[in-house]
Amino acid sequence: MSPAAGGCEEPGTGVPGTRAKFSALLEDSAEDLYESAPCGYLSTMMDGTIAKINATLLGWLGLSRNEVVGRMRFTDLLTVGGKLYHETHFAPLLRMQGHLGGIALEMRTASGSRLPVLVTSTVKKSDDGEPLLIRTTVFDATDRRAYESELLRARRTADEARRQAEADRERLREALAVLQQSLLPAALPDIPGVETACHYHTASAMQLGGDFYDLFALDDNRSAFFLGDVCGKGPQAAAVTSLTRYTLRAAALHEPDPVANLRVLNTVLLDRYTGDDPRYCTAVVGVLERVGETVEVRMAAGGHPPPLVLRADGRAEHLPTPGGMLVGALPAARFVPVRTTLRPGDTLLLYTDGLTEARTGPQRELYGDEALKSFAEALAPAGPGRVIDALTDLLRSFGDGLNDDTALLAIGVPARTDPGRRTSA
Amino acid sequence: MSIHRRNNVRVTGRATGRTIVLVHGFGCDQNMWRLVEPALAEDFRVVLFDYVGAGRSDLSAWREERYSSLDGYARDVVEVCEELDLRDAVLVGHSVSAMTCALAGEAAPDRIGSLVMVCPSPCYIDEDGYRGGFSAQDIDELLESLESNYLGWSAAMAPVIMGNPDRPELGAELTNSFCATDPEIARVFARTTFLSDSRKDLAKVTVPTLILECEQDVIAPKEVGAYVHGAIPGSELVTLPATGHCPQLSAPEATAAAIRSFVSALGR
Repeated sequence: MSPAAGGCEEPGTGVPGTRAKFSALLEDSAEDLYESAPCGYLSTMMDGTIAKINATLLGWLGLSRNEVVGRMRFTDLLTVGGKLYHETHFAPLLRMQGHLGGIALEMRTASGSRLPVLVTSTVKKSDDGEPLLIRTTVFDATDRRAYESELLRARRTADEARRQAEADRERLREALAVLQQSLLPAALPDIPGVETACHYHTASAMQLGGDFYDLFALDDNRSAFFLGDVCGKGPQAAAVTSLTRYTLRAAALHEPDPVANLRVLNTVLLDRYTGDDPRYCTAVVGVLERVGETVEVRMAAGGHPPPLVLRADGRAEHLPTPGGMLVGALPAARFVPVRTTLRPGDTLLLYTDGLTEARTGPQRELYGDEALKSFAEALAPAGPGRVIDALTDLLRSFGDGLNDDTALLAIGVPARTDPGRRTSA
Repeated sequence: MSIHRRNNVRVTGRATGRTIVLVHGFGCDQNMWRLVEPALAEDFRVVLFDYVGAGRSDLSAWREERYSSLDGYARDVVEVCEELDLRDAVLVGHSVSAMTCALAGEAAPDRIGSLVMVCPSPCYIDEDGYRGGFSAQDIDELLESLESNYLGWSAAMAPVIMGNPDRPELGAELTNSFCATDPEIARVFARTTFLSDSRKDLAKVTVPTLILECEQDVIAPKEVGAYVHGAIPGSELVTLPATGHCPQLSAPEATAAAIRSFVSALGR
């Protein structure tokens, strides 16, 4: 078919006369495109006075052209919040940049309702760069704003949940700290003729530690002490610690015999934790007895690292307790006694394995008993205060190599040459 | 931390001239003065800075307690003056900072010799015969609007500012200025600004004071300009041929000229 014969048909129509309609559609007038565009158009003078506005926006706002053109400023169309936002953010930026887009504002309609909109503005300038007027397009953002509100709401909920969780965590931490304190003596008592010092390192503020120690007077001349380590951590270990502490206290008051005291504890733990939930601990238990200016120490240990003595003459020695068994593991457990005499200037150090099993150096090696002995030799002679201070610094130097709880208890007899030390005699 | 770095202090202009400190208000940073700064710099030494929390200040120095009252902002002004050891300086405060500067002048009278208040308002809320232009409800609505709009600040404004083709050097600066404004900080500044009532402080202003207002200003209408003028004894009121709340941007020449003639008339 030649075009001359049959005329040009639009594809798919085939019906004479449709072509004219289609052309008419294509020749959508600029005027109609402006007035009936699917977005709002607005032109304002530089002072904000509205000079031109399209029918779409007038329709959204419920206003007539006469009410608006030459009578209202752009900000008059905004809510109060929108006005302030416009004056403090929108207008300054537009002045400085000549263009600004995608700004979320709210317009106020004639009926008093709010219309969430997204606004984009451009400053039209003269050839010599003088700003002449501001052209603005306005998009209905009702759905978009509802979506954003949902996001904001979700964010607030999440923020609130996070704050709550942090507060809960803080409360838990405080409760744990109080509980932990309840498992240790608030302060060591004054024992006549004896100096003492202690330190407790908690590996995690969120986890109750399993180490324990205590020191208390039995009568005018004698006092008892113990230090140990319950297997495991957390609330279950804390319950064992509590039971252990009060059992040892009661046993020592009843009969100041360290081996017997450990046997009592062994029985109590076995009796309390039966079957598939065995609970046990390692411990050193001892009795101090003042004899003149020296102190006799009788101890017994079960499965615990050996106590260390720093002598007044500069030596340091372990007091081994070979064959001592875990407390609470077996009915017929064996506990090993050991004795020593503390003379003026001597200091007995008890510790848990957090100290000797700390990881050090680039190879992350165990710190170990021998290194501790060397450390003590370098330190000796030293009173309990200095020993604990030096070991506290040592623990700190381990950094994250120290990953277990650590309890330290030092008991010494004041050196004769140092009258400045604490004695309650 | 030096105040210089904390408040992003910038000193320009004639080193031997009288010192003018330009103090920005809520919503923007020291860039607000970019169009008047060159004119003032010809004759004066010009100091610009950002409040802690705005522009390129050190955000880590921001504390909610401090910046929840205008006194906190006034301390920033005083500390900048102290850092530069200023004497008899002219403080030019825009919007809420007009009141901040009045408080600063009271706190450091040796350092601050005169005030220029640009579109000041001592109280934005109508109350007992006073007309601030807004109701308490309006301010609540603004705070609500600001709170729900902060997505717009970061997400909607940033790409536009960054994509500014004809003045790229402006882009980076403004992007930092506006996008670095933590929504939390902006909310606190907005609350502090629009819920403040500093009317009692106006009578304590004893230094020479110039009040600049615009013919049409939604935030600080002319009644408020007249109120401030009446409350500060001996103050001078100039109405600039400008609309909006930022004459330093919409009418920079007239603004600079008014400041210049006021400062030039001050004794040395």
